[in-house]
Amino acid sequence: MKFLRNFLDKQEKHFLKGGKLETFYPLYETADTFLYTSAAPTKSASHIRDVMDLKRMMMMVVIALVPAVFMAFYNTGLQANLGLQELGAASSPHWQAQVIEWLGLGFDPTNILGNIIFGALYFLPIYIVTLAVGGFWEVLFAVVRKHEVNEGFLVTSLLFPLILPPNIPYWQVALGISFGVVIGKEVFGGVGMNILNPALTARAFLFFAYPAEISGDKVWVAVDGLSSATPLAQFADSAMSVSYSWMDSFIGLIPGSMGETSALACLIGAAILIFSKVGSWKIMVSVIVGTILTTLALNAVGSDTNPMFGLPFYWHFVIGGFAFGTVFMATDPVSAAMTENGKYVYGFLIGFFVVLVRVVNPAFPEGMMLAILFMNVFAPIIDRYFINKNIKRRLARNVI
Amino acid sequence: MIEHYLSLFIKSIFIENMALAFFLGMCTFLAVSKRVETAVGLGIAVVVVQTITVPVNNLIYNHVLREGALAALGFEELDLTFLGLITYIGVIAAMVQILEMVLDKFVPKLYNSLGIFLPLITVNCAILGGTLFMVERDYIFGESVVFGLGSGTGFAIAIIALAGVREKMKYSNVPEGLRGLGITFITVGLMAIAFMLFSGIQL
Repeated sequence: MKFLRNFLDKQEKHFLKGGKLETFYPLYETADTFLYTSAAPTKSASHIRDVMDLKRMMMMVVIALVPAVFMAFYNTGLQANLGLQELGAASSPHWQAQVIEWLGLGFDPTNILGNIIFGALYFLPIYIVTLAVGGFWEVLFAVVRKHEVNEGFLVTSLLFPLILPPNIPYWQVALGISFGVVIGKEVFGGVGMNILNPALTARAFLFFAYPAEISGDKVWVAVDGLSSATPLAQFADSAMSVSYSWMDSFIGLIPGSMGETSALACLIGAAILIFSKVGSWKIMVSVIVGTILTTLALNAVGSDTNPMFGLPFYWHFVIGGFAFGTVFMATDPVSAAMTENGKYVYGFLIGFFVVLVRVVNPAFPEGMMLAILFMNVFAPIIDRYFINKNIKRRLARNVI
Repeated sequence: MIEHYLSLFIKSIFIENMALAFFLGMCTFLAVSKRVETAVGLGIAVVVVQTITVPVNNLIYNHVLREGALAALGFEELDLTFLGLITYIGVIAAMVQILEMVLDKFVPKLYNSLGIFLPLITVNCAILGGTLFMVERDYIFGESVVFGLGSGTGFAIAIIALAGVREKMKYSNVPEGLRGLGITFITVGLMAIAFMLFSGIQL
């Protein structure tokens, strides 16, 4: 490790003021602080520092995402293999299938290793495109606007591929992450200053720009020519029977966006986030409470024409992007409500709107993404209300 | 009956939000959303003006302007709808003038903070838009009251949310060229994406 430190120290002079590569200082700084802690001391009066800095916080989220990424690998491959089996095809024209053939793994849904590698061949290129294109914008803004490249982007770039379908064209991935990083985050000044969650902004942009491809009423399986309804669409149409069991949906063995099918993986992630106090349990719990209460109310109302009214709440938890959104998107510390009481209101309303959109809005089968974006817009007002309430209470207390 | 009015109310607040679904009344929406207090004041003013003017215009349309409305006076074939725009604007201007005098007399603080924007409500396209929607959709009197209240409330909610976001954005480091209106336009666009949540709901 000494060697690495010496190497970095030797390079530093090129990047400092007057050096040859002065404009690229943010790049050097990123590499340096990513590997070591920053050596820069505070210039003004000292203030309390915590080990829990932005870097560690973001890395905890990345660690919490690992189970979801693993399930994305496994399930994408599994669904592709199952799809091939259903079609009776020996192979698929995608290049990923050719790599699998070349490796001699075959297209057997029971082969766990084969599934994981097959899925990884779909996930990793999307992830690499996200990293490369999004990273380009990050560095460009950092160089021009002289701020630091931040670990927050690692989280955004990992969240974004996980909420994409496996068969999305790469140019759409590039376009989406460009919108998310530039319009969703950098025009506001970078990490911590944005209003909406950048990964969700990118996904919503793709959703409305190319609705024919990723609106979410047909399943996303990495096989051409396979077409069936998603679990949410099956529930919404009384003519269709539901072909997935609750347990499969919980573990995540159903088709969907790559990372969001597994409620189990999200639950493990939630445990890590809550234990390390990075994600707010208040938000997660209140989203769940909001969902349960709204579902019970709608169950009681009932409807003759819309079978979604009768869907019990434990199904809402495991289908669509509910678990993933609750754990990783709603708890985003930048765009969520910041006041402690405000978090309850914020989470509850997310749960309320998700169920409402799923049940009564025929235009979208899934409402998690837009419900979170919608509440991101209202988070500042919720915060403001509770801050003013606290100010009033304290003023009242101090009257002699 | 109540169900019908309730769904019209919800629809006019969220699904057909004046500011974020139709982009009406943008000038006031962008100009008066710097602080939450003023935004609340303007929101209330819009709700009040809208709830008064839409039903009043509804009465005028149905009993004076509409073809055959003056049949009782002997003008069976008279169609005065071509006077519609000028009449509606006249009614709105008169209502705003009255509201302004009431505010000046009873709530001078709100009157001062609203300043020029209260008279500007006269030419706020959200207000005129509400009346024109009412005419186009042939609302009966009861519906027009609910629609006026709902569309005004929708505008108020949108402008208060935008003001909250803009107050939070004081801490953002926006590039120089985008400061002020530029970033506000981008924010409004992003908010409109979030409001798409309700588009497509059939009530």
